Amino acid sequence: MLRLTTEGFDPGAELSAFCAGRTESGAVASFVGIARGDGGAATALELEAYPGFTEVEIGRMVEAATARFSLHDALVIHRHGAIAPGEPIVMVATASAHRREAFEACDYLMDYLKSRAPFWKKEHGPAGARWVEPTARDLDDIARWD
Amino acid sequence: MRVLLFGRLGDLAGWREKSFEPAPASLSALKALIAGLDAALGEALSGPGVQAAVNHAIVRGDMALPAGAEVAFLPPMSGG
Repeated sequence: MLRLTTEGFDPGAELSAFCAGRTESGAVASFVGIARGDGGAATALELEAYPGFTEVEIGRMVEAATARFSLHDALVIHRHGAIAPGEPIVMVATASAHRREAFEACDYLMDYLKSRAPFWKKEHGPAGARWVEPTARDLDDIARWD
Repeated sequence: MRVLLFGRLGDLAGWREKSFEPAPASLSALKALIAGLDAALGEALSGPGVQAAVNHAIVRGDMALPAGAEVAFLPPMSGG
């Protein structure tokens, strides 16, 4: 399941709901990304999405991850709009029969979201605003899966 | 036709959505038209890592633009 939202969300409640009623998935892995304050250098993040395109592109990647890692289920929640330091930006949860697939799929989906999902991220701070593009580390991370 | 700019391209242009009528016949003609109006934006649209999507599909190279097309210019993406 994929949800794009401009509202905050409660990762604990989302994870509980994702785990509920599973009798065949022996493993659930999850990741929550939180907006960093960078010691006051970042006062807000602004994420721009392309409505109608962003959902379809992420949906495709979730389908690919589901097939590649034999997932039983996957959840992606992604914020857009204005996000304050300390607030969750993204959550990924994956369910599979055994733990290795769940861990790997969660890692893979996050690597994809960081450098290939249709979002544009602007960091606001006392020194002004700047657009954040994928780092060399992000690009190395996603290249591990190609 | 409608043109959408995302991320730093929208800031550079000072607009994020604009109609172009009559519509240029191709993606390359659209880029040339934009470059004629705003040279800095024209250069940025052909810059490294900038992709174009026509009606929500990423296009590599040139293509004829269908009537009423929505063309989006997408700088390098970063979520999470």
